[in-house]
Amino acid sequence: MTTAAAAVTIENVTKTFAKGGTTALQDIDLELQPGEFVSLIGPSGCGKSTLLRVIGDLIQPSTGTVHVGGKTAQQARVDNDYGMVFQEAVLFDWRTVAKNISLPLELAGWERTRRTERVKEMVDLVELGGFESHHPWELSGGMQMRVAIARALSFDPKLLLMDEPFGALDEMTRERLNIELLRIWEAAGSTVVFVTHSITEAVFLSTRVVVMSPRPGRIAGLVEIDLPQPRTADTREEPRFFELATELRELLRGRTAEGVH
Amino acid sequence: MTLVVLAALWAFWEAYRALWMATGWTRPFTVDDLTMPPMTDIVGRLFEPLADGQPLLIRNLLDKSAFTMREALAGFALGAVIGFTIGVVLHHSRLLRRGFLPYVVASQTVPILAIAPMVVIWLGGKGLPIWMPVAVIAAYLTFFPVTINTIRGLDSAEPRALELMRSYAASPWDVLWRVKFPASLPYIFAALKVSATASVVGAIIGELPSSIQDGLGGAIINFNQYYSLDPTALWATNIVAAALGIVFFGAVVLAERLVVRAAPEHVA
Repeated sequence: MTTAAAAVTIENVTKTFAKGGTTALQDIDLELQPGEFVSLIGPSGCGKSTLLRVIGDLIQPSTGTVHVGGKTAQQARVDNDYGMVFQEAVLFDWRTVAKNISLPLELAGWERTRRTERVKEMVDLVELGGFESHHPWELSGGMQMRVAIARALSFDPKLLLMDEPFGALDEMTRERLNIELLRIWEAAGSTVVFVTHSITEAVFLSTRVVVMSPRPGRIAGLVEIDLPQPRTADTREEPRFFELATELRELLRGRTAEGVH
Repeated sequence: MTLVVLAALWAFWEAYRALWMATGWTRPFTVDDLTMPPMTDIVGRLFEPLADGQPLLIRNLLDKSAFTMREALAGFALGAVIGFTIGVVLHHSRLLRRGFLPYVVASQTVPILAIAPMVVIWLGGKGLPIWMPVAVIAAYLTFFPVTINTIRGLDSAEPRALELMRSYAASPWDVLWRVKFPASLPYIFAALKVSATASVVGAIIGELPSSIQDGLGGAIINFNQYYSLDPTALWATNIVAAALGIVFFGAVVLAERLVVRAAPEHVA
């Protein structure tokens, strides 16, 4: 059943919210292997953000079990086994860039010298050198998001959970950050679960895409993204890219049409 | 700009006087040198002796201000600490908040003049410094806005930020000091500004039932009794008391600038 090697194992998870009795997730089964980049895609209300939070133990499932790296989701959270990035950067205005990145390290009780070293590494990784002592409001939206990613990766988690991190950014910034995220993913070697509602973003980033359908939130299909690595700006122009995007689009549309009529 | 407004207020005072005296209007009240002394006389009174052979009035009032300021400062500090502590406790317990908040509100509807004599009786003559009971009365006025705004401020932390802290499995203590408290500072400083002036009022009023003669409250009572003989002395005292309140308020604004160095829009 639960193999210790799996990065995330979700078994038979259902989530019903007490308020209004809506079923956000129904009978979700999913297993992610270490090093995978998996996108959850679907229309709003399909439960993709809820599923992400269930993995992170920020929401408890009504039934079913979630394991992260062989541990219960709760134990994984307590052990700082994952980093989280939200749609908003959620930076603290009263902390500088460096201090924002080091927050999880402070909470985990790292020594100052070790923290400083690690923050420097992370700043280099997300290419924010020179901005260490800036405050969040002095940065552009894209730069703020890079700080949030650096913060999420600062304690070297095995798993990175991202909830539409680039949803609020403009198209150009988004495409640039997509490429950067892939570079960071390769450098960090972690597993990524990435929530998005952009088909092209899901195809471009992922090794596998989970298509979800709404009311109740279910898995409508899994699509392997067999585009070669590393992916570059040219990847978006390959015929295979369009084929995969079309496949996803049809999976999404099929479920939507069925839901409406 | 502040000086322009000051000049305008001065001009308005004199113009009102001149108009009412020239026309002899008696509403809302008859204007003469007793009801509305000329501003020059009021300011001039500051630089006359308190009484024959005594120091200048301003000298006397500044000494009394220093005394009242000490009471107000002690009361302000005490009230801020108590107010913040109550706020933190009530923030963390919905049950306590429901149970206690009505009484916290009720405490402020009881007139301070009714509380003051009791506090003086309870705390007076126990070897405590004479200004201690007055500081407690000032604290009584100070804590309330701080409590209300601390609760509001701690509640104002972004849900996403709390979710982030939860993802780090941060302790409630870390959540309080690293997220909620910094987020609440703009609210707390807004309350401290109200409290700063309230603590001066509390100190002045607190002096009345305790018959303390060393502060501005004592001076006000004293000059009140001699108003018909020396109206400008009371007016001058009021100006000094107002100035003390402004100094207090300014000190809090300055502290806010130093502490809340975050986003510029956080500093009101």
